[in-house]
Parts: sequence; C-alpha cells; structure tokens
Amino acid sequence: MAKQYETVIGLEVHVELATKTKIFCGCSTAFGGAPNTHTCPVCTGMPGSLPVLNRQVVEYAVAVGLATNCTITRYCKFDRKNYFYPDNPQNYQISQLYLPICRDGGVEIETEAGKKKVGIHEIHMEEDAGKLIHDEWEDCSLVDYNRSGVPLIEIVSEPDMRSAEEVIAYLEKLRLIIQYLGASDCKLQEGSMRADVNLSVREVGAEAFGTRTEMKNLNSFKAIARAIEGERERQIDLLESGEKVVQETRRWDDTKECSYAMRSKEDAQDYRYFPEPDLAPVMIDEKWIEKIRADQPEFRTEKMARYKEEFGIPDYDIEILTNSKHLADIFEAATALCGQPKKVSNWLMVETMRLLKEKEMEPEDLCFSPENLAKLIGLTDRKEINNTVAKEVFEVMFEKDVDPEKYVEEKGLKTVNDEGALRAVVEKVIADHPQSVEDYHNGKEKAIGFLVGQTMKAMKGKAEPGMVNRLLKELL
Amino acid sequence: MEILAWSAVELAAKIKQKEVTVKEAVEAVFSRIEKKEKDLNCYVTLDQEGALKRAEEVQKKIEDGTLTGKLAGVPVAVKDNMCTEGMRTTCSSKILSDFIPTFSSEAVLNLEKAGAVIIGKTNMDEFAMGSTTETSAYGETKNPWNEAHVPGGSSGGSAAAVAAGECFFALGSDTGGSIRQPASFCGVVGMKPTYGTVSRYGLIAYGSSLDQIGPLTKNVTDCAAVMEMIASHDTKDSTSIKREDTDFTSVLTEDVKGLKIGIPRDYFGEGLDIEVKESVLAAAKALREKGALVEEFDLSLVEYAIPAYYTIASAEASSNLERFDGVKYGYRTKQYEGLHNMYKKTRSEGFGAEVKRRIMLGSFVLSSGYYDAYYLKALRTKALIKKAFDEAFTKYDMILGPVAPTTAPELGKSLSDPLKMYLGDIYTISVNLAGLPGISIPCGTDQKGLPIGLQLIGDCFSEKKLFQAAYAYEKIRGEFVLPANRKGGE
Amino acid sequence: MANIISDETIEYVGILAKLELSGEEKEQAKKDMGRMLDYIDKLNELDTTGVEPMSHVFQIQNVFREDVVTNGDDSENMLKNAPQEKDRMFVVPPTRD
Repeated sequence: MAKQYETVIGLEVHVELATKTKIFCGCSTAFGGAPNTHTCPVCTGMPGSLPVLNRQVVEYAVAVGLATNCTITRYCKFDRKNYFYPDNPQNYQISQLYLPICRDGGVEIETEAGKKKVGIHEIHMEEDAGKLIHDEWEDCSLVDYNRSGVPLIEIVSEPDMRSAEEVIAYLEKLRLIIQYLGASDCKLQEGSMRADVNLSVREVGAEAFGTRTEMKNLNSFKAIARAIEGERERQIDLLESGEKVVQETRRWDDTKECSYAMRSKEDAQDYRYFPEPDLAPVMIDEKWIEKIRADQPEFRTEKMARYKEEFGIPDYDIEILTNSKHLADIFEAATALCGQPKKVSNWLMVETMRLLKEKEMEPEDLCFSPENLAKLIGLTDRKEINNTVAKEVFEVMFEKDVDPEKYVEEKGLKTVNDEGALRAVVEKVIADHPQSVEDYHNGKEKAIGFLVGQTMKAMKGKAEPGMVNRLLKELL
Repeated sequence: MEILAWSAVELAAKIKQKEVTVKEAVEAVFSRIEKKEKDLNCYVTLDQEGALKRAEEVQKKIEDGTLTGKLAGVPVAVKDNMCTEGMRTTCSSKILSDFIPTFSSEAVLNLEKAGAVIIGKTNMDEFAMGSTTETSAYGETKNPWNEAHVPGGSSGGSAAAVAAGECFFALGSDTGGSIRQPASFCGVVGMKPTYGTVSRYGLIAYGSSLDQIGPLTKNVTDCAAVMEMIASHDTKDSTSIKREDTDFTSVLTEDVKGLKIGIPRDYFGEGLDIEVKESVLAAAKALREKGALVEEFDLSLVEYAIPAYYTIASAEASSNLERFDGVKYGYRTKQYEGLHNMYKKTRSEGFGAEVKRRIMLGSFVLSSGYYDAYYLKALRTKALIKKAFDEAFTKYDMILGPVAPTTAPELGKSLSDPLKMYLGDIYTISVNLAGLPGISIPCGTDQKGLPIGLQLIGDCFSEKKLFQAAYAYEKIRGEFVLPANRKGGE
Repeated sequence: MANIISDETIEYVGILAKLELSGEEKEQAKKDMGRMLDYIDKLNELDTTGVEPMSHVFQIQNVFREDVVTNGDDSENMLKNAPQEKDRMFVVPPTRD
C-alpha cells in the first residue's frame, strides 16, 4: 500500500499597515504615484540619512498582537537584516529578529473539519522594499523606491496547518481581524497582504517534521491553494523516488503552476542581523497597551450581535455583510443616511455581490460611496426611477461612484409620471398590436405582458410599471 | 594686522567691532591656502567663490544685527564625511568621487545658522577608517609642524587646516579618537562630545553607535563656542539627546579648586612614549598646584577596548557601507556582467584597502556561527567598560591621560602594519565605547618639535567640567604657538 | 597564528560583503583577518557570563515621529546622483533570473 503523507504548513504573512506615512520617514504611503515621487533621503538610502520610527506603526502592531492573543514585548528593538538587492536601497532592511514586538499568540479557525487553533509564533515590524520593473527592451531593471519604507508587520505562524483549506481559513481570519482594526486593507492583489508558505511533508503518524521549503510570490487565495498542492506533490515525488527535499526558497509561478528554486551562488542567505544602532529601543508599558486596547474598534462578533438587535436583518445577510469590514462600513453609513437597513442590505447582498463575482473583485475594492447608495434608494423610494433603471444606474455607480441623482437627471432617466403622456403611448401601442389585443380579449392573460414591454420600450424604460399596467387594463 | 593669528572668537569680535570684514577674513584664509595647500593637502574640495558670496551675505546680516553669535563671519572647514548641500562630499573615497548631497548635515546647518562661512571640505582617512589620513583616495595630508609626519586621523585634514591657518576652526568626527588624536598631533584643541549631543543627521556613518561630530579649534574658548553652536536636539536623529546645559562658554574660569581628577595607572604603562608621559604628568601636576585633587587609580579593562572596538565598529561599518553599490549615487564600475558582478566590481574598485579590510572583518564577525563569539562578546565587553567608567566617575570628576602613546609618526610608517596602527587608539577608543565626552589640549612638544596632547575624559554630559579644567590648564600652560600664528605660516 | 582563514572563508566573506579580491589581495586579507581575529580572541580572557550585551549606550527609548506626511515630491533630488537613470527610475542590471 502506498504511503500516506501529511502536509505541514506554516505561514509568514506580510501586511502593509494603513499609516499615512512610511515607517521611518515622512513620505506618503499612497499608491500610484509617479516613480520615486514618494521618496526622500531616508527611504532611498542617501548617505547621512537616519530613520525615525513612526509611532502609529507600533500602535497598529500592538493592536494586531492584542487581537491575535499575543504577548506584547515590553522592551523591543530593531535589527538590521543585511542583503544586497537593488529594491533595498541601503542593502539592509530594518526589521526585528531578536526582540519582535509580539509573541506567542494564535487565532481559532473553522473549516469543514471543525475548529482548531493556529498558533502565532511572533509578529515583527519591518520596512517594505521598492519595486523593480523589468525593461525587456534594454535588458535592464528599473528601480522605483515609492514603496521602500512602507511599514509592514510580518505575522509568523506556527507550523499548525495541514491543508490549503486551513491556510485559507487562517488568512481569512487574519484579514478580517486586521481590517476590523483598521490596521490594513489587506488586499492580496495589490500586495498589501502577502503570504509566504513554509511547507513540508511527513508520513502520517511521524513525529518529526520533514525538511521544509519556503514559497514566495503568492498573490491570491487561489494561487496559494494551487502552490500548496503543487509543492506537496513535488515533495512527495522526491521522497517516493528516494531523493531528499532541499531546504530552500522557491518562487511560485502561477501561470505555469510550478515553482522553482530562487537560490543563486551570490545569495548566501546569511543576513548578519545585528541591533540597529540608529533607532532607540521601544518600551511599551501597561498604560500604553491599555490605551490601545481601549481604542480598539468593534470586532465582528460584536458587530453581528448589534446588527441583529439594531437592524433586524436576517442572519444570512449579517454573515455576508460583516465578512468584510469595508462592506459593513458601507452598510452602516448608507443605513444611517436613508434609515432603511433592509433595502441597503438588499443592494449589497444582491446586485453588489453579483457584480463583484462577475468582475472577480473583492468587497475591499468597492468604490461607491454610502451617500450615493442612499441617494439611489431615495430615488426608487420616491418612484422617480423604476427598479430596472435603478439597476442600470447602480452598475454605473459600481464602476465609478457617480452621484445617482445627477446621473439620472443628466441622462433623462426619470420615470414619466405624467398620465396624459403615458396614456397616449399606451393608446398607440394598442393600436399598433391588434393581434396581441385580440389574444388578450381571447383570455390570453400573458399578452398583456408583451404590451407592457412594448410600452416600456417606447418610453425607453422610464415609466412606472404599475401605472402602465393599470392604463393598459383600463384601455383594453 | 595678522588676521590668521586670531582665534575664531577673537575674529568674530573684531568683525563685530568693524575692525575687519568677513570678506577680508575669508581672503586671508584663501591666501594662506594658496601658499600652503599644495604642500599640506588639507582639503579635498574648496569653494572660494561660494565662500566669498556667503561672506557678503553674512557681513550684511552682522551689520543689520540679525547675526550676533560668537562665531558669525568666521571661516570654517568641514570634514568631508558631513553632507553639504550642493558641495561635493567624498568621505575621501573614490566611491563618492562625484557625490553632491542634496541636503546638509544638521551640524553644518547649525554652523550656517550661526553665520560661519564654509570654505571647503577637509581630507580624512577614507570613510574615517584610519589614524593618519593616509588612507584617503585624494592623497595624504601632511602635518603643518613637520611635513615629513602625518597629521593624525581620521580628521587629519581638519586638524592640519586649523593648525596651519587654512581655516579658523573645523568640524571633525570621532569614532575611536578621530578628533582627539589628530588634534593632539597638530597641537590644536579637539572635543568628542557625549554621544547624542551633536546630531548625526547628514554625517556619513562609519560606526553609528560610536560616531560623534565635534570641533577642532585653536583654543579651549573657541572649542566651547563651537560646541554651543553645534549641540542641538535633532528630531531627525533618534539618538539625539535633548540637553539644557549647552551654555559651555559660561564655565570658562580658571578655578579648578576641589576638582577631583583621576589618573588611570593603566594609561601610563608599556608602549607610552616617555616624552608624552612626562608632558602629560606635568600637566596633571600643574592642575594639582592650582587646587585640583589629583590621584592615581586603576581603571581596568583598558587592553580590551581595542579588540571590542574593532569588532563593533567594523561590524557596523560593514552594514553602513553596503549602500555604496553603484545604484543610487557615486561610482559605478564601467564594465560588468550582471547585477552581482556590478556590485563586486564597483565596490572593489571604489573602496581602498583599509576600508575593504574592515568591511571584511565586520561581515565575518556578524556572519552565521560567529555572531555570538565575536559580536556579542564585544557588546558584553563594552558593557563592562562602561561599568568601569561609571565606577571611576563615582570617585572622580574626570580622568586625565595622554591622547595617544606617541607624537605624530612619520608618513608611510603606519599602514604596513594595521594592527600596530590600531594599538595607537588605546587611550581614545574606550571613550567612544562608553559614549563619554573627551577633550584633547596641547600640553607640550617633543624633542622633534611635534605637539603632545593631554586628554580629559568626563562622565556623560559633563562637558562643562571638561571645559572648565581645560580652560584652566590652558591658562597655566600659557601660549601655544601654532604654525598658523607664525608670520606667513612658516 | 591561531586563526587560519581558509580560501573558502575569504570567498564567502567576499560574497557577503560584495567584494572581489585579486589573488594577492586575498592572501593579504587572509593574513590580516587571521591576525585581527587572534587579537580579538583576547576578549575571551574576560568572563562576561551574565553580562547583558550593550548595543545602545544610553537608555533613550521611544523616539517617535507622528504619522503626518511632511515630504513632497523630491524625486529630482533623489535621482540627481544616479549613475544611470531612465524614466525617473534608477537603472540596474537585469534582476530577473
């Protein structure tokens, strides 16, 4: 009988913190600036420049540590990690090795197999690297330091996960916690949340861990799941054919669905960590921790209970809405404006979810404002537009957050409530479709549907269906 | 009128009294430079045009009363490891041969704010690694007292420029003695302040936990005045300390009565030149005669400072100098194949032998398997050394000793045996490890006519006591005539 | 000499420090490093059991900046000293393996 293998997985999750400025300088962390426009002597490693720590980075890191049940290190320090690479302007990264800010925590995850705890070994603060752009034409690379120095926390789990499903559940859990804290938007695609997967396999029942590899460049949940499967198979194949797994860093290529070793002769992987002499140690006392704890926002379970109590919407809706902090924020803000939780929820549950799925987007990517959603609901409430038009307008809002009132006005989409005008159109439709009129009189009730459709078409959709129905019935 | 014989504070006073203009002072300095610089090589970069332009601006501000400081209008030289906006800053290295900073170091900004006129950048050991200014990529600097000798290092250009009258005062940096030792060799006053007193922002780092900027001046009064100007709390430097007691010139009295001075026996043992020893002990005796309580004691651990220092400084340097890679600024090799070859060739061609030696040692002591044995061991030793000083300062206000075991060696005699050269740092290095202030004052000359330096070491934040004792000693000693003061600088 | 530095060690340190030494330089480096390490080994005479390594001399703690944007577009200055520049970025040899 073939051997049975168990996969052992630990994650290193990098999260970009939602600070306004970089970790060690006053440059903006905003996305999308022209190359090197968010840089200064500090984050480009100019000779003579020195780092100064952003207080907010410490507070976010502590908040995440508290929310993941970690012990906060009262006296923590930064260390330098030395390696040469052009995206790293000093050729060392300021990170934490010896005294990371949080240790020994964990979160509970739930999969079909049930609940389990995934331990968190440590969380440390560090700086992000710049971006390398490959110039195929001139066979060179170009360096943009806009991301250099953006604050990161790295959350290092224990090797507690056994399947891709558990890994995804763990990531979803972390993402939700961090989003609720407001510490990051955690977008995998944009790279504000990145996971490196440490994976090994061992025979079921074995005590010792196998040799692990580390996989990088995983930028979606799907890629993570595929990479785990691919690496598991690769390692099992090696073991089955009597070879050894080499401890190394591998890069996952999601289009080719395979990984390859990143190590080169010039890459000794000996980082020569030592305490960063340019930064003072960070002392975190009980008072500070308590303040951060007190300032923590409402978490998901609290929010769910409150929604049930305050808005009386179905559990299913609550489940979906609170599964994204951004979605929940839109829900609350729009409800506060229009006072109709059920209607707001419907828009988010039905149309929003449909479009997200269609466009393969995450709720975090939603760009329409709660104000505009509330306005849209107002328009339908006042019967100024009908549902069909409302859906059309919503699609436009979904794309570019237009003001629905202005948009309806500009495009002339308002429902025609002038009965005289509508009566004339209905009369013309009846006159133009004698066959349908006859069918209707012969008892084919469905024929009226066709006539309603023709009237709406003639009205370019801007009629109130109830009124059309009533007039048709009256005139027939 | 022999402008160049005046001290910096005297010059500023005379400018204020309209006896002389800033422009005349700058011109006097440049005429001396024209005469002496080709022999001495104190500077890597000079900016006569900029200095003259600046002289006019400063003159106006002095006249309209916006600049009233003790050093307004005084020409100053800055060691070439401090960034100066728009003025080439090389660290005396080929790797920064064309580097023009886009910002100025905080210490330089403080000088400018006070109305000092920067005339150029002084030569140094490459990246401040050396004790002779012979490791510069731009030629060695010579000692103005005797051109066959070195000026000391690494701030050798600054010390020689002050001694020769090629400026009125200069800034240097001190990681293991790099201000005090060249000050001693060139017969000028040099201070390494308490770590954190002068901002390191804009100082191109060598050993970040040890580096401090400080003055090299003609006398103690100038030194205290410059310190008042450059000491500042800088929010851009996380190791900068907020101090209220920086009115250093307020303590310049001759009173040393009751001052407790400890002389470490360990500083007067084997290896110390007899002439240096006698000169330094004579200074101690003079202070005792003025009422200071002077006694000998055992400091201990002195011989461990050098190995601990070279481990820590080299480790930090290996990391600090990683940024010089041919990507963002500075030299890049002309021909290379691929990224890592570019790095290696750029750095191998751009750095000199001593810098490479320390980078390699530093990389090694931090590398996997050696970190605990070497680097952590050195940090533990540092803790013990600091403790030894702490204990000494429970008994004494300050420690008195020599700056260096000998006077300035001849050119070309030091680099062939690096370890021997390192041993010359024995009396200065522990001060950096413990973050203490230290001052070097000339206390005599040897038979060859080369200056000898006296060192006073204080507890952290005790610069005022050091200035008080140094000033008192200077008065007892009497005039110490620098080459600068001799007519025509000869 | 107690510390004998091998060719492999010098090679390895060269990779870490990104330095390429000629044959002659390598021999000199081996000698110099060996001598320096012998000298540093003097520290082993000291009993440092229980002594906390001192990385920072002073007990300065919690030096922070507030999270406020203070820097604008300074790209021109940042690129001013670049050995090679293209499209407002620093040019390096290809990094794609």
